[in-house]
Amino acid sequence: MLRTNLTHILSENEHTKLLQENENVMVCCGRMGPMCIPVYEVMEELETEYPHVKFADMEFDIPDARVIRNLPECRNFAGLPFVVYYKNGKVVKATSSIQNREQITSILDQYFGKKVNETAEK
Amino acid sequence: MNHYDAIIIGAGAAGLTTGIYLSRAKVKTLILNEGAVGGQMVLTHEIANYPGIESISGYELARNMKQQALKFGCSIKSNIKITSIDLNSTPKSFVVNDKNIYSADVVIIATGGRPRALGVPGEDEFKGKGISYCATCDGDFFQDKEIIVVGGGNSALEEAVSLTKYASKVTIVHQFDHFQAFEHYVTEAKNNPKINFIMESKIIEFIGDEKLSSVKIQNQRTGDVSEKNVDGVFIFIGYVPNTEMFEGILELNQYKEIIVDKNLATNIPGVFAAGDSIAKRYRQVTTAVGDGTIAALSAAEYLNKFEKAELVADEADS
Ligand SMILES: Cc1cc2nc3c(=O)[nH]c(=O)nc-3n(C[C@H](O)[C@H](O)[C@H](O)COP(=O)(O)OP(=O)(O)OC[C@H]3O[C@@H](n4cnc5c(N)ncnc54)[C@H](O)[C@@H]3O)c2cc1C
Repeated sequence: MLRTNLTHILSENEHTKLLQENENVMVCCGRMGPMCIPVYEVMEELETEYPHVKFADMEFDIPDARVIRNLPECRNFAGLPFVVYYKNGKVVKATSSIQNREQITSILDQYFGKKVNETAEK
Repeated sequence: MNHYDAIIIGAGAAGLTTGIYLSRAKVKTLILNEGAVGGQMVLTHEIANYPGIESISGYELARNMKQQALKFGCSIKSNIKITSIDLNSTPKSFVVNDKNIYSADVVIIATGGRPRALGVPGEDEFKGKGISYCATCDGDFFQDKEIIVVGGGNSALEEAVSLTKYASKVTIVHQFDHFQAFEHYVTEAKNNPKINFIMESKIIEFIGDEKLSSVKIQNQRTGDVSEKNVDGVFIFIGYVPNTEMFEGILELNQYKEIIVDKNLATNIPGVFAAGDSIAKRYRQVTTAVGDGTIAALSAAEYLNKFEKAELVADEADS
């Protein structure tokens, strides 16, 4: 059971629905462990800064997490968490193991556009 | 400029404890933390030696400490990067990557440590794709696979044994001809039929395509280099203090640990340090909490003196 404030994806169906309903999606698939917790925390912080992105997590050890685990983009991953970024339902980027705020925001900025106040400033 | 009475750098056990004590004493306190709150505690699955709590996950303990600090009014800014510091000015000031400037009359450094990396070619590239620093996190990716554990201390030997639950074979690569671990860890590793040893040797390169497939190992005595196929490498070669930012500013020892006196004061007045980033013998949550307490009380005393000093100055002005 993941104890985060993010939207939890509990099944393959919910995963599909989330991708259908949102243009930009970041899913962190992991455990309540040392490499995953920092990523969830960054995502929780970024939810308000990137309202155009849907942030969600998924328990790595449930069978339905095969939708993430079996992605070709995650084929070579051997470190939790597996993080997948989707645009219009298609994978645009996937990362393995711990990532910091800077690494995550640079991916979000590149694929989904900058955070709210930065675009507003322009 | 956002001014505080006290700024704490680092939100691990030491920084959070300092935050709890200072905020409770009504000192306006801010913790600036790079990364997630909790520091190394979050890396610890089970803490069973924290007095009064039989067993708790590091994440849980960190969350409790954070809640307690917040409850007393401590402000915490996490996932920031400090881009410049001035510890000699009055007040002391910090520029953060969100472009904000923070200042304080007293500063407590509690930046802790991080796992030491080997620093050889391929290490960054294959992190999460064969290279790991956490056996409990990533061990099960190596079911029936061959792995290497690098290191010769307690963690390396303990984790090597625990990794035999998954791996078909574990090879310990260690730079010396002897281990620096407690005898029972050495015996346990030596008695485990799945573990073998390559001594007096170092990994000098990680090789692979999309994931790690082999390593180059150099014998330290002969200089001979060999290549070994491997699915995973776990690195446990100790921790380094996070003190780069203070080099040339604070007095550090040869291991880059901050030198402090018994009140945890550094060489700069009004700057204190606590926890794993200081020069000390035992690095534990309990010792970090103890340091945090001492640093907070010393900082509060300094602030009292500082206020008195200001009062005197005010009177002289009038
Ligand atoms: C795997 C593991 C297991 C352990 N098990 C136990 C155990 O069972 N029992 C026990 O008592 N101890 C254990 N320890 C040791 C214990 O966790 C540490 O001694 C203790 O947590 C150190 O606390 P700290 O606050 O000094 O530093 P840290 O926990 O390292 O916290 C420092 C914080 O400062 C931040 N920081 C670093 N640089 C900067 C910067 N420039 N600017 C802003 N912030 C910065 C970091 O991001 C971090 O959040 C374990 C450690 C590890 C790694």
